[in-house]
Amino acid sequence: MYFLQQCINGLTLGSIYALIAIGYTMVYGILGMINFAHGEIYMIGAYLGIIVIGLAGVFGITSTPVALMLAISLAVAITSAYGWTMEKIAYHPLRNAPRLAPLISAIGMSIFFQNFVQIGQGAKDLALPPLIQGGFAIGDPAGFQIRFSHVQLLLIVVTVVVMAGLTLFIKGTKIGMAMRATEQDRGMAALLGINPDRTISQTFIIGSGLAALAGVLVSLHYGLVNFSIGFLAGIKAFTAAVLGGIGSIPGAMLGGLLLGMIEALASAYFTTEYKDVFAFGILAAVLIFKPNGLLGHNYVEKV
Amino acid sequence: MTILKALFNLFSVLLIIGFCQQPAIAKEVIKIALAGPLTGSYAQFGAQLEKGARLAVKHLNQKGGIMGKQVELIPGDDACDPKQARAVANNLVNQNVVAVIGHFCSSSTIPASEVYAEEQILQITPASTNPKVTERNINTLLRTCGRDDQQGAAAAEYIARKLKAKRVAIIHDKTTYGQGLADEARKSLRSLGIQEALYEGISIGDKDYSALVSKIKKADVELIYFGGLHAEAALIVRQTRDQGVKALFMSGDGIVDKAFADVAGTASEGVLMTFQADPRKTPAAQEVVNEFKQKEQYDPEGYTLVSYATVQVLAETYNKINSTNSIKAAQYMKSHVFDTVIGVIRFDAKGDLSTSPYVIYRWHNGTYAEITN
Repeated sequence: MYFLQQCINGLTLGSIYALIAIGYTMVYGILGMINFAHGEIYMIGAYLGIIVIGLAGVFGITSTPVALMLAISLAVAITSAYGWTMEKIAYHPLRNAPRLAPLISAIGMSIFFQNFVQIGQGAKDLALPPLIQGGFAIGDPAGFQIRFSHVQLLLIVVTVVVMAGLTLFIKGTKIGMAMRATEQDRGMAALLGINPDRTISQTFIIGSGLAALAGVLVSLHYGLVNFSIGFLAGIKAFTAAVLGGIGSIPGAMLGGLLLGMIEALASAYFTTEYKDVFAFGILAAVLIFKPNGLLGHNYVEKV
Repeated sequence: MTILKALFNLFSVLLIIGFCQQPAIAKEVIKIALAGPLTGSYAQFGAQLEKGARLAVKHLNQKGGIMGKQVELIPGDDACDPKQARAVANNLVNQNVVAVIGHFCSSSTIPASEVYAEEQILQITPASTNPKVTERNINTLLRTCGRDDQQGAAAAEYIARKLKAKRVAIIHDKTTYGQGLADEARKSLRSLGIQEALYEGISIGDKDYSALVSKIKKADVELIYFGGLHAEAALIVRQTRDQGVKALFMSGDGIVDKAFADVAGTASEGVLMTFQADPRKTPAAQEVVNEFKQKEQYDPEGYTLVSYATVQVLAETYNKINSTNSIKAAQYMKSHVFDTVIGVIRFDAKGDLSTSPYVIYRWHNGTYAEITN
């Protein structure tokens, strides 16, 4: 029973990591750079979620599902716009610069977004009272009872649905095909009539949208947001992306879920103090034996 | 070219004026620094300290200031980060402050105090409760709050004698303050015959404590004692109730801000807390409390009035000894009694308050009150 409860905890946490990790991995796949500002994009999504839910209350929308749908769609739309703008301002001008330049520019964006939100929203924590309460209780009430809250269920279901959708999207649609082509060889894709700039923009829009989704769900689940949450979440999601194989979308999903499970189980059976040690220890072990991560591809460099 | 040159000349002239301006207009003021987390997750506490000190300085200046000079309050933001605390301390030293009120987090107060001690700048912390703060033979460092060995003992006493709880989980946030307090509580609990059922540390900044909460649930405890600050405490208590754990939750002065209940929501109901006897209730504080409530629409909760009182102690000392010499001032403070908004204050030779100020509070309806019985 205890093990099952910890699996639920781990899956919930892992779903969040996975949603954010996809943004890292997609950008890395196409541009070969790590977008360090991605954690901040997630943070902006979380803020927008709380703000929209608050505004919905002001405008008299009391139905929780409606407010939630509104929050998710608005947060995803606005955050995607942030992602698109960020790419145009910080990365597009550096498309042909040495690889270090966009990396520095990404760190700059990250610092900018943190301070931007701190000035706009204040340095205090923003709290959201629990919107969706209750859950399922499984097992004997006298013994150890498993609790599976509705928010946790929502988080896991949304993640699974979105991931399945994204996989189909990348596999089946024209845009997805263009993304895969750009990822393999940007120059060749351009020769074949794909506009790489547009494809890159689309990548940023999708990645940011998913981060925003994670942000809204997180503020719903934990009820606490501040301007610095993006840093830690970003590091964890980046770890998840590397664990699964950076550049690979299924890898990011697997990496995220795995990282969440490792943290929960390490905390459950060893000590909470060292859960990060376990997580990073396993990451190191995986990278020793599979340097490209669990599902990363191994392109042969042509000489 | 000539335009550029003219611009350059104009710029140089402005620069010179800029340099001259400072000493020309600067009046003789006494600078007192206020250092604490003005931004970050614990900005609420920084605001408590700053609001209290600011109003105290305003009242002080209306009454003539210190030795006939006006007092200026210089804020310093450490964000509860030990590295930033040291940088802020150096910055404040360079601004020639005569005394520092702060910091908030013990993990900031301790590294910063080394800087102040070296420069012989008087430091009074209104809120850092870790015993080590005053145990390092710095004779220009005092505090107007209690110590965690007193606080941990008060909590353990209540758990063992009043609640008669047998199974206790102790959780801390691995900071100087949080772990220090948890360890003191553990020591006192053990001496009262209660062996903790669980002892774990969490990471600050995490949002998900569900794995730990499940562990607590499995340990089947009657009470969870938490050493840490309100952001983490609120998340833990909320996730505890989400998982159907009914154990009592108890923490220290790190959760004494209504922001705790904002995040914890209904889970804050019945949470226990140790803090000094409510400063808002003392007769001497009524005028200040009313001014806060009416003019600033602010409830001077937590450490606000303690910070106010700290300014009072400083001003009275400087005015009596007619100097801002830190060593003399500290000596004066340790040998005299002060009548402040939080009541009568007396320091011992180490710079601590001479009596333990802790009482037990209970959270109810999003706010906290002393348990009277």
